[in-house]
Amino acid sequence: MGLRARHLLGIETLAPDEILTLLDLADTYADKARRRAPAGDALAGLTQINMFFEASTRTQASFELAGKRLGAQVMNMAMSASSLKKGETLIDTALTLNAMRPDLLVVRHPHSGAVNLLADKVDSAVLNAGDGRHEHPTQALLDALTIRRKKGRLHRLTIAICGDIAHSRVARSNILLLGKMENRVRLIGPPTLMPSGAKDWGVEVYQDMTEGLADADVVMMLRLQKERMDGAFIPSEREYFHRYGLDAQKLSAAKPDAIVMHPGPMNRGVEIDGVIADDINRSVIQEQVEMGVAVRMAAMDLLARGLREARAAKGVMA
Amino acid sequence: MTNALLTNARLIDPEAGTETLGWLRIEAGRIAETGTGARHGGRDCRGLCLAPGIVDIGVKVGEPGERHKESFRTAALAAAAGGVTTMVTRPDTATPIDSPETLEFVLRRGRDAAPVHIRPMAALTKAREGREMTEIGFLMDAGAVAFSDGDRVCRDTKVLSRCMAYARGLGALVMAHVQEPVLSAGAATTSGKFAALKGLPSVSPIAERMGLERDLALVAMTGVRYHADQVTTAEALPALARAKAEGLDVTAGISIHHLTLNEFDVGDYRTFFKLKPPLRSEDDRVACVEALASGLIDIICSMHTPQDEEEKRRPFEEAASGAVGLETLLPASLRLYHSGDMTLPGLFRALSRNPARRFGLPGGTLSEGAPADFVLFDPDAPYVLDRATLRSKSKNTPFDQARMQGRVEATFVAGAPVYERGVECPA
Repeated sequence: MGLRARHLLGIETLAPDEILTLLDLADTYADKARRRAPAGDALAGLTQINMFFEASTRTQASFELAGKRLGAQVMNMAMSASSLKKGETLIDTALTLNAMRPDLLVVRHPHSGAVNLLADKVDSAVLNAGDGRHEHPTQALLDALTIRRKKGRLHRLTIAICGDIAHSRVARSNILLLGKMENRVRLIGPPTLMPSGAKDWGVEVYQDMTEGLADADVVMMLRLQKERMDGAFIPSEREYFHRYGLDAQKLSAAKPDAIVMHPGPMNRGVEIDGVIADDINRSVIQEQVEMGVAVRMAAMDLLARGLREARAAKGVMA
Repeated sequence: MTNALLTNARLIDPEAGTETLGWLRIEAGRIAETGTGARHGGRDCRGLCLAPGIVDIGVKVGEPGERHKESFRTAALAAAAGGVTTMVTRPDTATPIDSPETLEFVLRRGRDAAPVHIRPMAALTKAREGREMTEIGFLMDAGAVAFSDGDRVCRDTKVLSRCMAYARGLGALVMAHVQEPVLSAGAATTSGKFAALKGLPSVSPIAERMGLERDLALVAMTGVRYHADQVTTAEALPALARAKAEGLDVTAGISIHHLTLNEFDVGDYRTFFKLKPPLRSEDDRVACVEALASGLIDIICSMHTPQDEEEKRRPFEEAASGAVGLETLLPASLRLYHSGDMTLPGLFRALSRNPARRFGLPGGTLSEGAPADFVLFDPDAPYVLDRATLRSKSKNTPFDQARMQGRVEATFVAGAPVYERGVECPA
């Protein structure tokens, strides 16, 4: 049992059973990692190329580690420093790399839809590591795994996603995934950071943090990017923190056992109070990072199985 | 000059609003006589529709500067294949048409290459930069039929108001892209559920209303003859209706794409559906079709914008806007006929008669003495469009692999066929 599609481009195209398959496998990888047990060699003999057209430390490291733990040969390409500067188009870059016969391509790009475009042109399995404001599927999956491990289930939970929804691919993928698993999703943020179509997404939209957090099981904070803080979308950092920053008082509106999540990197004192972020009883931020590696191992494992099956069917050695 | 007789044709008369089976006699390239009923001899049109040739406002040709995208020759062949007998060309070329000299170049190129009429527009401001007005008088003398900065909106209302006032003094027609330029900066889609889901930068339809209302206020102030190139949202229509009711000399157009497609057609980031303005919601599309039927929107055009493969094979945000449309204008327009929204004479009011009148061109009518520019078409013929068969150099049509109903059989300019289906280049 693997994934139906060749690529993992978004949550939108995943069915609930595929999501569960992936999370189950990731669970075993997470447990193995905790026991320091070998993870196996699901990716042995395969080449993984990380193409990041947008700077990233955490996600790239997570993908790299995931690939290496499963025995892949991993190569990192910092795309902003290479051909794009010379005027090469995305498709030409993709075709060039494709000619080197990689098996797994992990791609991040600043434009929505760019990873889909690239995936159409290559023979390998493509993993979307974030495209513009569109999707970031592995982040949503690692969030889901973290929630499931902490809450014991991934359905009928009330989950509040707070902050810059409009510019967040993490929010979009999470809304899709949590909706598919039949949760109650709330979006909280100022109108300038709320996409105009949000109310049509089958979610509840709040502008007031305390109202939106009432009885929530999970509080997901989003990063507010520096370039949005200078009066263009919100008046100032301090006013934002006052109205939307997660502190103990606002969090008290949520359920007493509500967990606090953040995809990182955090701006302490802007969207989240440092005290909350470090509260080991509430914050699961470190566990999210841990689950990130496990989920990416599972995703690449499943895609590699699909790749090997497809090649076997065509009579090509994997 | 051609003499001919066309018989057994379904004559579509946009002026009288009638369709009748009849015949039409051409003398020296003009309509000499029309009549109803059967008549022997001449060319038997087999009961197909004969309508005044389409006058397409806002065709972009790649000359000068981007001939690899579209030359006058290929554009004119595409026009002929699409039943377009007059192309009103846009000035927003790589080298803008902003001086009498470049305008003369365009006219000469057009005359040498083209089996159809070519009437150029010229830029309203030099280099389309919105700072200094062009030589509107000289350009009119040289043959410019209207003045426009294409899809660039003049941000400086002082400059724009002076251009309008000066144009008013010469009786020149000003055509503008209606969009609030700051609010719409960087947008690739219309805001709403689709744009939000796909994570694409978007603009509220309000930006179009703001752009239109700003321009209409200046029209009221200056009294200029004004044409809004594309009014595509329900939000903007009341402002247009109000201006017309107040008696301002205002008309509006819309591209056939905005009448037949909506934002969801973009689907999985298909850049051939990236247009300017972006495709709208279904509610907007329906409102615009109604406005067309009621005559509030006057003109349908193709907004023919050739783009090469390179410019379109990019991430959606980076990809170039625009679609070719000369050859699909009529078949796509016929969707509105088949859906019952428009009659054939009503369609040809918007495709031929209104643009000819508004831009001061002959044609757009079947009355005696008018130029014998026609399109002969079968409104019912079904087929699947293959973009490789287009005559345009660029093949960026959103109707690739779409089911179409209605096909051009022949196109006549001054009584002579310039296109016959299945025949290579009769011209």
